Amino acid sequence: MNQAGRMLLSGNEAIALAARHAGVALGAGYPGTPSTEILEYFSELGGKAQWSPNEKVALEVALGAAFAGASAMAAMKHVGLNVAADPLFTAAYTGVSGALVVVSADDPGLASSQNEQDNRRYAVAAAVPMLEPSDSQEAYELTLEALDLSRLWGLPVLLRVTTRICHSKSIVLPRPPREAPPSPVFHRDVRSRVMIPAYAKLAHQKLRKKLAEIARWCEQSPLNRVIRGDDSLGIIASGIAYVHAREAAPRASFLKLGVTYPLAIEQARAFAAGVRRCLVIEEGDPYLVDSLRAAGIAVEGQAEIFRFGELNVGRVKRIIAGDPTDEPPMPPGKPPQLCAGCPHRKVFETLGRLGCIVSGDIGCYTLGVLPPFEAMDTCVCMGASIGVGLGLRHVLGGDQARRVVSVIGDSTFVHSGITGLVEMIYNPPATGHVLIILDNGTTAMTGLQEHPGTGRKLDHKATGRVVYEDLARALGITNVHVVDPTRDGEGFERLLASALKRDELTVIITRRPCLLAARRISELDKAAENKPDHGG
Amino acid sequence: MADRVTNVVVAGLGGQGVLKASDILAEAAFRAGLDVKKAEVHGMSQRGGSVRSDVRFGPQVFSPMVPNGSADFLVALAADQVEPNQPCLADGGILISPENVDENLLSNRRCLNVALLGFLSAHLELPESHWLAAIRSNLPSPLHEANCQAFAVGRKMGGIG
Ligand SMILES: Cc1ncc(C[n+]2csc(CCOP(=O)(O)OP(=O)(O)O)c2C)c(N)n1
Ligand code: SF4
Repeated sequence: MNQAGRMLLSGNEAIALAARHAGVALGAGYPGTPSTEILEYFSELGGKAQWSPNEKVALEVALGAAFAGASAMAAMKHVGLNVAADPLFTAAYTGVSGALVVVSADDPGLASSQNEQDNRRYAVAAAVPMLEPSDSQEAYELTLEALDLSRLWGLPVLLRVTTRICHSKSIVLPRPPREAPPSPVFHRDVRSRVMIPAYAKLAHQKLRKKLAEIARWCEQSPLNRVIRGDDSLGIIASGIAYVHAREAAPRASFLKLGVTYPLAIEQARAFAAGVRRCLVIEEGDPYLVDSLRAAGIAVEGQAEIFRFGELNVGRVKRIIAGDPTDEPPMPPGKPPQLCAGCPHRKVFETLGRLGCIVSGDIGCYTLGVLPPFEAMDTCVCMGASIGVGLGLRHVLGGDQARRVVSVIGDSTFVHSGITGLVEMIYNPPATGHVLIILDNGTTAMTGLQEHPGTGRKLDHKATGRVVYEDLARALGITNVHVVDPTRDGEGFERLLASALKRDELTVIITRRPCLLAARRISELDKAAENKPDHGG
Repeated sequence: MADRVTNVVVAGLGGQGVLKASDILAEAAFRAGLDVKKAEVHGMSQRGGSVRSDVRFGPQVFSPMVPNGSADFLVALAADQVEPNQPCLADGGILISPENVDENLLSNRRCLNVALLGFLSAHLELPESHWLAAIRSNLPSPLHEANCQAFAVGRKMGGIG
């Protein structure tokens, strides 16, 4: 929405718009709330955006583009960065020729996640600079800044956002168009780009030197600013915590940090010295407060209870008042459930009826844990269903072992289930194993995104397709079945019951489109039939 | 209204159009030249579950979330979502629920969300033209007529018409 140059945008839209304005040549990622819309908007705005099978691949693709001198972006949710951590840590050593911004969308309060990890720790651990916006205007500007900083220092830069930044809308005034980045070319530089130990040793030293320089730059950076108010209370804050705190304490002085790694330590020291009480307000881990205290700055932190969940104006007022007493519980909302007619329903009904021990995974189907199904026993992280199921089978006695089933969604299987399947063939339990791949033709959980198993790209255009049954057979599984339990519930139940008895490896693919995606899928399939030449 | 922040919470169940309603409200305030912030938690995880969206507008808005006990209006699209969201209302805050409009007057009952916005609009100083423009820009054209009709019904029941 645009009015006299003003726009009302979500943080995700603002990041996408900035990426487009800055000439980002490639955006790669894997869907994950609250980050998903960044690449979707980037694509809608005409940017080249793609879903990769998982976040590690996405970051590697973006890194390759940045090695070639392009401006690139990788976007993912907080746990996605765990998957992409391996390339991130060494990309800090190799650096980039172009620009590389890694967007980490954290989810304090677990609106839609399996944990509330605080990815500010990754900036420190991987040694990459980190910027944190407080609203959509800053999301726009700090994306531009992150790209500039990355190109200037030749380092990947982490843009750390949270659910309330991603999904809140506020007003954005875009900057005038800027010059496009130079065209990509590859320059050979093996000492910087090939991390054998001899070169990596030097690269590590170079990285620490750069960070020290960035820390000096940071002390003067306009991205950190002081808002002078009363000197009886000074608050140091960043991200969404800053806007809550401005509202909770309108008369206080503020040190508002836009760069949260490296930290402007001397600026913080001077700020703390200039106020009678200096309080750090932060959502999640005590990252800022610990770092400032380690530098010898006397700052006050928050009681442990405020580490859990999101902050808001009311909670910040309590922090300021030093009130650590129990907070009134939030009235329970109505929990989500599988849609009526969801193809996952029949599968979980059957698993429950057969008394299976279900090693589950993440997606819509995780709702199989709730009544009326109550047919899931473990859920850890994407892909874990297979490894965890195998581990259970290895050590349990025969009777229990034969009831263990791993259940994984199609998008999750491509994301991180394929290596689990390889493990299943390589280290088969004595009782065999049963893996069910729930193929509903989409990544439903995060809003119906395409993935490599749908044969369509982020923008729904046809491309090569991974066929699970072919893959399983090629890897050496002989019992591979494709069924539709909604259509033939009894047949599915018989098949599963006999597979559980067999002491062999079985892969069952339950295929029926997600109810919400079915219409679009059939329309896209029809369109593709009329245009057969879509390549592989 | 002009010199302070107005806080509205829209609440309901997944699929009822909570986010659409709050988008329309936020845009109407945006078109009036005000500072606007809107917060919600979305993703597909709310199939049928509770959904809440906060909209705040005025001269300058900091936090995007309406602090508990400070909503001027709670617009509840489902009767059973009134109780869990009641704590957001300020003393003297106004509850707007499906009871406030006669659904039989709507040409399409799925437009209840917009009808309740019409009722809300009667209590706000945002010009009607901004509301109608916001409805049109947030919905595909085949739905304009039914939604504008629903808005008018709600606005009338709210006391303007
Ligand atoms: C590492 C990581 N990336 C992304 C996510 C977010 N996420 C959770 S499940 C899921 C995919 C769900 O798709 P699928 O497996 O096809 O199941 P469906 O929801 O369609 O039933 C995604 C993207 C996550 N939890 N962890
Ligand atoms: S969105 Fe699709 S996969 Fe998810 S619960 Fe509904 S029908 Fe099932």
